[in-house]
Amino acid sequence: MSQSFDYRFSDPIPASAGVGLKAEHFAEIIDSRPSIGWFEIHAENYMGEGGPPHHYLTRIRDDYPLSVHGVGLSIGANGPLDKEHLAALKMVCERYEPALVSEHLAWSTHDGIYLNDLLPVPYNEETLGYVADHIDEVQEVLGRRILLENPSTYLEFEGSDMSEIEFLSGIVKRTGCGLLFDVNNVHVSATNHGYDAAGYIDAFPATHVGEIHLGGYSPDEGDDGEPLLIDSHGSAVSKAVWDLYTRAIGRCGPTPTLIEWDNDVPAWNMLLDEARRADRIIATQTSEHAVIV
Amino acid sequence: MNKNTKTVSALAVASAFAASVALVGATPVMAADEMEQCYGVAKKGENDCKAGPGTTCAGTSTVDYQGNAWKLVKKGSCAKISTPAGAGSLSCLTSRPAGKTLQCG
Amino acid sequence: MLSLSETQTAFAAAVLDADRPVPAGITSYMRALPEKRFNVYRNNIYASLIDVLEGRFPVVARLVGEEFFRATAKAYVSNQPPVSPVLMRYGATFAAFLDGFEPVADLPYVGDVARLEWAWNAAYHAADAEAVSIDELSDVPADQADALQFTLHPSLHIVCSLWPIVTILAANSGEEEPEPIDASAGGEDALVVRPALSVEVRRLPDGGAAFIGSIARGATIGEAADVAIEASDGFDLQANLTGLIQSGAIAAIRMS
Repeated sequence: MSQSFDYRFSDPIPASAGVGLKAEHFAEIIDSRPSIGWFEIHAENYMGEGGPPHHYLTRIRDDYPLSVHGVGLSIGANGPLDKEHLAALKMVCERYEPALVSEHLAWSTHDGIYLNDLLPVPYNEETLGYVADHIDEVQEVLGRRILLENPSTYLEFEGSDMSEIEFLSGIVKRTGCGLLFDVNNVHVSATNHGYDAAGYIDAFPATHVGEIHLGGYSPDEGDDGEPLLIDSHGSAVSKAVWDLYTRAIGRCGPTPTLIEWDNDVPAWNMLLDEARRADRIIATQTSEHAVIV
Repeated sequence: MNKNTKTVSALAVASAFAASVALVGATPVMAADEMEQCYGVAKKGENDCKAGPGTTCAGTSTVDYQGNAWKLVKKGSCAKISTPAGAGSLSCLTSRPAGKTLQCG
Repeated sequence: MLSLSETQTAFAAAVLDADRPVPAGITSYMRALPEKRFNVYRNNIYASLIDVLEGRFPVVARLVGEEFFRATAKAYVSNQPPVSPVLMRYGATFAAFLDGFEPVADLPYVGDVARLEWAWNAAYHAADAEAVSIDELSDVPADQADALQFTLHPSLHIVCSLWPIVTILAANSGEEEPEPIDASAGGEDALVVRPALSVEVRRLPDGGAAFIGSIARGATIGEAADVAIEASDGFDLQANLTGLIQSGAIAAIRMS
């Protein structure tokens, strides 16, 4: 019936917590059908023709709204976008009808070689031109608005002449895309580059935020023993990041919030606990809004 | 034998086919002789957006494969497999002197 | 000022090669040309891709041990980095790399074990298809079986080896310590197929690889049987047909 078809299209991501879907949890999610707002997948893991990934995701998609998060488009590269990869992303979107599609402010492909990492870009007009053109192309091919994620970075470029926030704001203005606000990345990058994370949160273009990410980091040291945080996604969200998240929700209002855990993936209940904590912070904000109104 | 003559007659095929279908139909879970089933292994190796081990190890190790610079010793189950070359089981453990191993940092 | 193209060309070259210096233009609030910070990217690229290979070739890893495997995988990543962002496609040439990798020259079977593990990965992600039902096969009049053609399952792969690769895979896939294997006892050909959700690896009987290969090229059962008996005196048609049907390797049937 056409009604169920329409329902899938109008199946928005609720302003509540979601969890990054990992193969380790497929069976448990299908068996227990947990109460959770939505799931997010990494698009590239569903670019095969068939098999268990599609089998499980199809069943999970029947019960939950979905967000598709790409990790391989290399939007920040100076070279052209990989047309074949963009077509594959479009196919994933057509197959699963996600409510949100996002990618990273980063590059990963150079001269046809895929460097499996989210590499940093200098923030200047030249880069802004490439990134904006690539986002225009992605949005045109997919026929929809995408969200661009603020990166976690470990170094900077002498060629940067604008701040990350100025850069992201410029991209939003040029392309009409939205932003994926990764609060853990804010803490990681602020620590790594010696700036104030709270100030970054306060200056972020909050009205364009369509989704928030939370994850864990691991501590390391830079060349001179200074703190260097690694965006490892292998542990619980830290106290510092929960505090920044409360601040971010205060600015953005209730926003779909993803718990990302990609390394040493824990038991499902642990992820659910993290999601519940995000939901409680969102609920506080919702009630505050209600009081103000 | 005429070279146009089939080695396996249509009758033989008919008989083998009928017997196979009957056998599988009657005992769907029984493994045929010599066709032992092995099993799959866990699925890993996906795309994600996590960062790696930090400032040390994998990418910056300076002990790379450069012909005879390789000093690592195999410490796996190859020790249980013998080959015609002789004591494959032993050589795979002892063919190289235990020396410098993969360096981190 | 460096262009974005110059910046990324220098970055890409240095990030894959630890012998190169940190590229010009890279800085931090503490110092210019921060090597440890740059190494985070070097490490992440190599470690993540080595992890992918270790997950994809767990039996090869178990055969040589983790440390040796990771160093081998690093040499492969350095030699043949991925050309697609879709990592399920990475490692297609790992078996061929191992064939020519001198440190594993004393393990002549290891390349074929990698081929078998790659076939497992390919079958896992292959297109889905339902195996033909026993009822449909029962409806074929036996006297027409000679002219029957099979469409094989899209996940089906055959790996032929002079070494006992199925035995090695089976012995090294479980929790328990593998029993000793005499690799000189003879080769094995493997059938890899995923009729539903689970990838299955089976040892083919004599002539099985020739039989199935011939069917894959469009031969009738009768023609394929001739090819197989030519390839192997010990070819047993009934055993092969039974195994093929039972493994779910037949996706459709038609009369020639």
